[in-house]
Amino acid sequence: METPNLGSSPLVRSKDESVKSVDRRNFLRSAGLTTVAGAVFLAGCDNDDDMNPSPTSVDLGSGDTGILNYAYALEQLEAAFYTQVVATPYSGITDAEKTLLTDIRDHEIIHRDFLKAALGTNAIGNLEVNFTSIDFTKRDSVLGAAKLFEDTGVAAYNGAGRLLTNGTNLLVAGKIVSVEARHAAAIRDLLSPNSASFAGDDIVNSNGLDHATAPADILAAVKPYVKTTITASKLPTA
Amino acid sequence: MNFFHIISELEKVDADVHERLEHISRRSMFNTLGKKVSALAIPAVLAASLQKAYAATPGAIDILNFALTLEYLEDDFYKAGLAAANLIPASDKPIFQQISKHESAHVALLKSALGAKAIAKPTFDVTGKGAFADVLTNYKTYAIVSHALEDTGVRAYKGQAGNLMTAEDKPLLQTALQIHSVEARHASMVRRLLNAKGFVPGAKGWITLNQGTPAAVYAGDDNLTQAGVNLTGLAGKSNEAISEAFDEPLTKDQVLAIATPFIKS
Repeated sequence: METPNLGSSPLVRSKDESVKSVDRRNFLRSAGLTTVAGAVFLAGCDNDDDMNPSPTSVDLGSGDTGILNYAYALEQLEAAFYTQVVATPYSGITDAEKTLLTDIRDHEIIHRDFLKAALGTNAIGNLEVNFTSIDFTKRDSVLGAAKLFEDTGVAAYNGAGRLLTNGTNLLVAGKIVSVEARHAAAIRDLLSPNSASFAGDDIVNSNGLDHATAPADILAAVKPYVKTTITASKLPTA
Repeated sequence: MNFFHIISELEKVDADVHERLEHISRRSMFNTLGKKVSALAIPAVLAASLQKAYAATPGAIDILNFALTLEYLEDDFYKAGLAAANLIPASDKPIFQQISKHESAHVALLKSALGAKAIAKPTFDVTGKGAFADVLTNYKTYAIVSHALEDTGVRAYKGQAGNLMTAEDKPLLQTALQIHSVEARHASMVRRLLNAKGFVPGAKGWITLNQGTPAAVYAGDDNLTQAGVNLTGLAGKSNEAISEAFDEPLTKDQVLAIATPFIKS
C-alpha cells in the first residue's frame, strides 16, 4: 500500500487569494455556545479537531481557493447530514436504504476530507450545522433533505465550474459533481420509485440541462442549515 | 435602449433567436449589462453572446461535434428501445422515456449551438456490430448497453471540460457541465435498475473501482489520486469507497474507440 500523502497538494491557487483567518475572540466565545440544543458539531479529520474548532464565521477567500472552500463548505454540510442519518436511522429504514445512505455518507466524507487536504492551510474551519428543521426519525423528512442537498450540490458545482481558472481544479470539481448527480438520482428514486423523478422535469429543463446556480444563491439556500456565518464576498462572479 | 426590442429585431433575421438565447443565463447577461456596459454597447454584447451560443472557437466546435455524435447515438438507442415491442417492461418505461427525452433535447441543443457546423447524424448499429446482437430483444442486454452509454457520456463530457476554459468558451463549459450531470443521473438510475432486475446483482448507482462491462468504459476509474493527493486510507475509507466518490474522465480517443462499433457509417 502506498503511503498516504494528504499534507500537500499541487492545486494551483490564484495570487490574489486571501483567506481571512478566524476571529480568535469569536472563536473562543463560540466554544461555550456549541452545546445549544439541536446543533450538531461537525468534526473534520479526527487528529485535527483540536486545531480546528468551529469558528463563528468563515471567509471563503478569493480565486480558485475561494471556490474550493465553497465546495468544502457544502461537502462539510452534506457529510454532517449523512453522518447523522446513518447514526440515527429513520423509522422503517430498509437494509438496502441503509447501505445506500452509508455509501453516500462515505463519499461525502471523502469529498470533505479531500478538499480539506487539497486546500491545506487555506481551508476554512469546521462549520457548525443546524439540522433542527429535519426530523431524523422520519423517512420523508430525511430523504426530502437529502434530495435538497444533492440537487443543490449539483447546481452549485455546475454553476462554479466556469468560475475556476485552473484546469486541475475544474477536472476535480467535474469528478465530484457527477457523483453528486448519481446520489441525487438515487435519492429521488427512493422517494418516487421507477418514475421519471431521478432526472425529473422539476430539476432538468426542456433543453435537457441540470441547474447551474451561482454561489451567492446556493449559500442563501443552505443558510438555514449552517450556524456558522459564511462570507463569500471575495468569490469570483464571472 | 430596449433589450426586448433588440430581440424582436433579431427575430426578423434569426427565427430561432429565443432558442439560442436560452443557452445564456438571463441573470448573467443582465449582470454584465448592469455592471460593465453602457446602453450603447448592448447590441455588441448580445451579438457576442449569440456567437458564444453558436460555438465560438474551432476547438469548441470540435468538442461540440464530438458530444453531438454521442448524443445522436444515445438518442437513436433510446428511440429504438422504446419502439421495440416487448423489450422494456411497462413499469420501467417512464425511466427510459425520460432519458430519451433528454437525449433528444441534447441533440437539438448541440445542433442549435453548432448551427451550420453541426455534423450530420451518422447511421448507427445499436448492436455494436453484433457485440450486443440481442440488444433490441433482450432487456438485460439493452439495460447493460444503456448504462455503458450513460457512463461513457459522463466520462466523455468530463474529459472535455478543461478544453472549454477560454473566456469565449465559458458559456459552453457551463452548458456542457449541465448536460454532464444529467447523464450522471441517467447512469445512476440505470445502474440501480441493473441490480433491481437481477441483471448485475450488487450494481450501485456509482462506479466501484474499474468494475463494469464493457471493460473499456470503466478503464482507469479505479484511480485513487486526486489533484496530486494520494487518497489511499483517507478518513479510514476503503479503496472502493474512494474510487466511487470520484468519476474519472475518458479521452476523446478512448470514447471514440467505445463508440465506433456502434457507428455504421
